[in-house]
Amino acid sequence: MAAVESGTCERPADMAAVKCLSSSAPLALRIVAECPVSKARACVLTLPHGPVNTPVFMPVGTQGTLKGITVDQLEDLGCQICLGNTYHLGMRPGPELIEKASGLHGFMNWRRNLLTDSGGFQMVSLVELSEVTEEGVMFRSPYDGKEILLTPEQSIAIQNSLGSDIMMQLDDVVSSTVTGPRVEEAMHRSVRWLDRCITANKNPHRQNLFAIIQEMTKRDVPGFAIGGLSGGEEKDDFWKMVTLSTDHLPREKPRYLMGVGYAVDLVVCVALGCDMFDCVFPTRTARFGSALVPWGSLQIKQKQYAKDLQPIDPECQCATCQRHSRAYLHALFKSDTAAMHHITIHNISYQLTLMRSVRQSIIEQCFPEFVQSFMKRMFPSSEQYPSWAVDALASVNITLD
Amino acid sequence: MKLELSKVVRGCRLGVLTGIGQTGQHSLEVPGCLLYTRCATVPHLTQDTLHTLSSLPAVTQVTLDSLAEHYEVLEEFKEGVRKFSGLHDTALYCSLQDPAATCPTGHITNKTVSVWGSGGRIELTVAKFMAMQAAILPDFYQSMADGETWQANTSRKRVRKAVDRTLAHLDECLILHHKTQELKQAEIFGVVEGGDIREERVRSARETAKRPVAGFVLDGFQSAAMEQDLRSQLITAVTTELPQEKPRLLQGVGRPDEVIECVEAGVDLFEGFFPFQVTERGCALCFNYIIVPDPETAVLESNGESPAVEKLKENGDSSPENMTQFELNLKDTRYREDFCPLVEGCGCYCCKNHKRAYIHHLLVTNELLAGVLLMLHNTAHYLGFFRALREAMAVDRLQDFKTRVLQ
Repeated sequence: MAAVESGTCERPADMAAVKCLSSSAPLALRIVAECPVSKARACVLTLPHGPVNTPVFMPVGTQGTLKGITVDQLEDLGCQICLGNTYHLGMRPGPELIEKASGLHGFMNWRRNLLTDSGGFQMVSLVELSEVTEEGVMFRSPYDGKEILLTPEQSIAIQNSLGSDIMMQLDDVVSSTVTGPRVEEAMHRSVRWLDRCITANKNPHRQNLFAIIQEMTKRDVPGFAIGGLSGGEEKDDFWKMVTLSTDHLPREKPRYLMGVGYAVDLVVCVALGCDMFDCVFPTRTARFGSALVPWGSLQIKQKQYAKDLQPIDPECQCATCQRHSRAYLHALFKSDTAAMHHITIHNISYQLTLMRSVRQSIIEQCFPEFVQSFMKRMFPSSEQYPSWAVDALASVNITLD
Repeated sequence: MKLELSKVVRGCRLGVLTGIGQTGQHSLEVPGCLLYTRCATVPHLTQDTLHTLSSLPAVTQVTLDSLAEHYEVLEEFKEGVRKFSGLHDTALYCSLQDPAATCPTGHITNKTVSVWGSGGRIELTVAKFMAMQAAILPDFYQSMADGETWQANTSRKRVRKAVDRTLAHLDECLILHHKTQELKQAEIFGVVEGGDIREERVRSARETAKRPVAGFVLDGFQSAAMEQDLRSQLITAVTTELPQEKPRLLQGVGRPDEVIECVEAGVDLFEGFFPFQVTERGCALCFNYIIVPDPETAVLESNGESPAVEKLKENGDSSPENMTQFELNLKDTRYREDFCPLVEGCGCYCCKNHKRAYIHHLLVTNELLAGVLLMLHNTAHYLGFFRALREAMAVDRLQDFKTRVLQ
């Protein structure tokens, strides 16, 4: 296989020099249905630990656990893939121990699929002083204050030890609000780092490496992630970048939109052609007592729920709504952590059920109608539809009255 | 309810408490423990995780301190706390205080006691106390009592007052109990006080026994308050005065060694809070309570050797406060690469699915799942201990059992 020299900028004409991998990669995407109106698709993504129906929302289990939920409960909710964080797990307990435990699957006893990020995003968001060079990202560990250099090779080495079904390349992450030459530098460096990641991958037959595009790349990888878009940019710019990305990505490979999780964002971005999503929001907000519902959210800790004997959502089938009232959960929040677990289960159920309904509507060729009734339910009146969402949907021929 | 004793040996009672609940459908083996809850939830557990445990106690304990502040909604709800909380089909016992929480002292008066909710102190008269029982709808409950005699240097006068007040409260509770429609099916237990003064203990027992109560709660014997020797003496003196056919529930004692000694002194029921305390300090119960050895162990023991026993006592430099000889400190670095389950052969969800190294990681990273898994294991282990205790008593091997547990 021809190796790509680092330091050169890749142009479409250099395709001959590109490594060819995806024929042997452990991933298959079967498109089950496409929306004739928008860019939405319903697929089955087959990975080493089983099939994943897309569009899919992936809950985030940062430190090898999903915040108080057992793996059995997660499986019972119908979750087929969830996330682990390379940065956190690389720090504690560390890749050597996880390898001894038969990878992250063995360590947490999760038998379905896992996706790990590169460890890069945390550096931008969590760590103050990080310095990027061609070698990698240099930062100071918040655990022991030592300086650490995370290179593409090290990121892949950790992810190889974790044994995730999908690994993310280390990319040169710049905040989406940055403009100018730094952006272009980051794009080109990310391509060079992608090549270093591909070279460093010890397990190309059981672990998939996804490329993160901020503009475009023609590397032959099993899937692509659209990154750098959950950092506070204007929503108008956000959707335009998403749709531009999906326009230039191959149809037959999965598109993973990183860090996107609010219900409206999910539905719109499915319309724009994305297949996979992750976000800490549903599980994090649960621990603050915020329950997600088709018409917004309920702040269960507020006084108004103290005597409300309905479940969170009378139509929800999750274990929490089948058994407990808002009033009881409101009371329980004053006494025990189990209150958080109840809401976490409900919120994951909400997200996964939403995705299931989206998928089913694509298969039944009524996705635009689904979007219309989803928006109607979520917002009290059409004047309150966010204009970015209206524009984004219109761009793929879905009109909201 | 009815206590059917199958065996009484030197004051140790073995049997079944039957006829508990609205339709008398629940029964609880004795000696046994209740299922401990906070605000009617077993700490850390949802119903899914709770029911991975087999053979839960038939009686669940709720405590007034976590329910008092929700009186209004319970009263409007009208169907009691079991239904309000979504608990499974279980009988309910309501106590005044939470055995795992220490509350401030000095607020008791002749007519009132206080409990502490999330919003602060709530003062209860007998009338208010009984109104709360009517809203909670327990199957049995303790009468209102003054149990504030556990502090060091409680004067004789104060102890006597506690006994007098408690008897007065009991009489008032009984009157209101019979007037309250909602409590028609419920039963009331009298509370025996008396601090560490033998005469007062005996007086309290005799007087309480004269009242038409369904059973007896032994109060003021909390683990922190008293050495076990004194506790055993006083409890024996108390149970001598109590009718044999009514159950005795001891509050505030949960450590396995103390439980055994209190069973020997005539106690039938215990609160089940000890597994929760162990969980909160990041520890796992692992003491051995099996006296019927497997063939391998039997061979070793008959040759005068003992199988390698986990060195529990030396658990590293920074052991949690109050940690006992019955547990492992999972935060200790020695468990970082330990790929064994918490207890070999334990059938709980945690031991069937996870290893010590993972629990250690969850504790070090402050993850919520640690509490869930430890609560499941510790509860399973503790219930196993009580089952084994009853089995040992059934075959007259209580002394062997005691030796094994204290090893």
